[in-house]
Amino acid sequence: MIGNVLIEKNREIAPDIYEMIILSKKISEEGFPGEFVNLYLNDGEHLLPRPISICEVDKENHRVRLVYAVVGKGTEIISKEKEGDKIKVMGPLGNGFRIGRKEDRNIVIGGGIGTPPLLELVKNLKGKTKVYLGFRSNPILVKDFERLGAEVYIATEDGSVGYRGNILELLENHDIDGDYVYGCGPRPMLKALAEWCKKKDIPAQLSLEERMACGIGACLVCTCKINTENEEWENKRVCKDGPVFFRDEVIW
Amino acid sequence: MKKPNLNINIAGVELKNPVMTASGTFGSGREYGEFIDLNKLGAVVVKGVSTIPWKGNDTPRIAETHGGMLNSVGLQNPGMEVFIKNDIPFLRQYDTKIIVNIVGKTIEEYCTVAERLASEDVDMLELNISCPNVKEGGVAFGTDRKKIEEITREVKKYAKQPLIVKLSPNVTDITEMAKAAVAGGADALSLINTLTGMAIDINKRKPVLANIVGGLSGPAIKPVALRMVYQVAQAVEVPIIGMGGIMTGEDAIEFILAGATGIAVGTGNFLNPMGTVEIIDYMEKYLNEHNIEDINEIINGLII
Repeated sequence: MIGNVLIEKNREIAPDIYEMIILSKKISEEGFPGEFVNLYLNDGEHLLPRPISICEVDKENHRVRLVYAVVGKGTEIISKEKEGDKIKVMGPLGNGFRIGRKEDRNIVIGGGIGTPPLLELVKNLKGKTKVYLGFRSNPILVKDFERLGAEVYIATEDGSVGYRGNILELLENHDIDGDYVYGCGPRPMLKALAEWCKKKDIPAQLSLEERMACGIGACLVCTCKINTENEEWENKRVCKDGPVFFRDEVIW
Repeated sequence: MKKPNLNINIAGVELKNPVMTASGTFGSGREYGEFIDLNKLGAVVVKGVSTIPWKGNDTPRIAETHGGMLNSVGLQNPGMEVFIKNDIPFLRQYDTKIIVNIVGKTIEEYCTVAERLASEDVDMLELNISCPNVKEGGVAFGTDRKKIEEITREVKKYAKQPLIVKLSPNVTDITEMAKAAVAGGADALSLINTLTGMAIDINKRKPVLANIVGGLSGPAIKPVALRMVYQVAQAVEVPIIGMGGIMTGEDAIEFILAGATGIAVGTGNFLNPMGTVEIIDYMEKYLNEHNIEDINEIINGLII
């Protein structure tokens, strides 16, 4: 869908991290873990929609929760949108996580602002789930994951909460094991995570981030390099074919 | 009130209205077809097609700038055989014209694509000699009068459909380039392609685009595009498809008054996927309000 929706809530929940709740029957019903929405600014200066991952959906009350970081002018404008106002949104977009088997021991790994889409994922995962989250400082959404009954482990680079160091060091040093990995975070983290999974021979689905324009697969701006059987590599669209890919298909 | 006529004719091809999509912003229409009725469009101008698949440039391929954006996609496309197999049958389900943008690294490659498409069910070809994001071909042909005339003449030998030549704004005198294309046999002209530009991340001290430079599009370039359409309309007789920062119906009317027969929406699709259809509706409204029965009456209708 594309259209104007009501902003029920838009507030800062950690330094430069905001939570927005929008009301959309369609997106709440169809939004799947790992998918995203485009938010439009319509201020004349910023032309491109901002892709924001879906953090949580509430199908009954038509609520869609978005948790986003202010990283530039566009997200700053979004952060100043008033509760009760409307915002133009398109979604749900992209190809989210494929939910695994119920006998799996799931390892869910989030880095920084890659954490939000994992919340709806954990809600939908079957089997036993352990969540590992890494931040520079100031963890977010920890209570939300705990509310879902997941075991949550935190790493912060400044050591303010949990393990001192990055999330990969936490995985290495604690000899973590499981049957399936789901991850979202900055590209260097995902690359290291893909290598760690390969070493341990654990399959993984990882959600990528890339600068986008249309968000629907038409403009070919947000491509990533993917392994193929026949030739060296091919381009896939992060917005349409992804953002979630299997770890062994991506050329890191 | 009587519905005004929006039909236009470009090089013998009848379009139900002047509104098209700018090549490279709309794929072959499949993705946008989920948001708009492709039957409503005058034509779909598809993304550049080459002989074999092209992979394009590294990412980031995009940078937003004030009122515009830079792209450096680099003509990524699956090649003509995949295009012919998948996209022509898809587009033919709709009552709209198909214009195929053709690209190449050499004159021979452009000719090969034109020749391959000669027997295919497409309505027009658009010769892309203005893409700033590829090292060979593209704008390398589009900034030199002699090369423009030569490539147009060569491709015309193989093209069965009317040939539109898409001009680059990165030249000193656009009218010279327009005349050269017409001398080579161009049936119509489209302008403008993107203006070469750049953006820098001052914290990383790096260009934002992996390709360092890219093509600027969006409202930021509209006055330049409009000026060039106006100048070219005074200089040549062939029909012009105007583009460059068209976001609204008002923008589109400006281009038609400046001398464009058709108009194309590019970057505007990203901001408003329904923009093309809204522009068509606005055109009817504008003509009604001004008691004009036919859009053709206002082409080049500037009062000076």
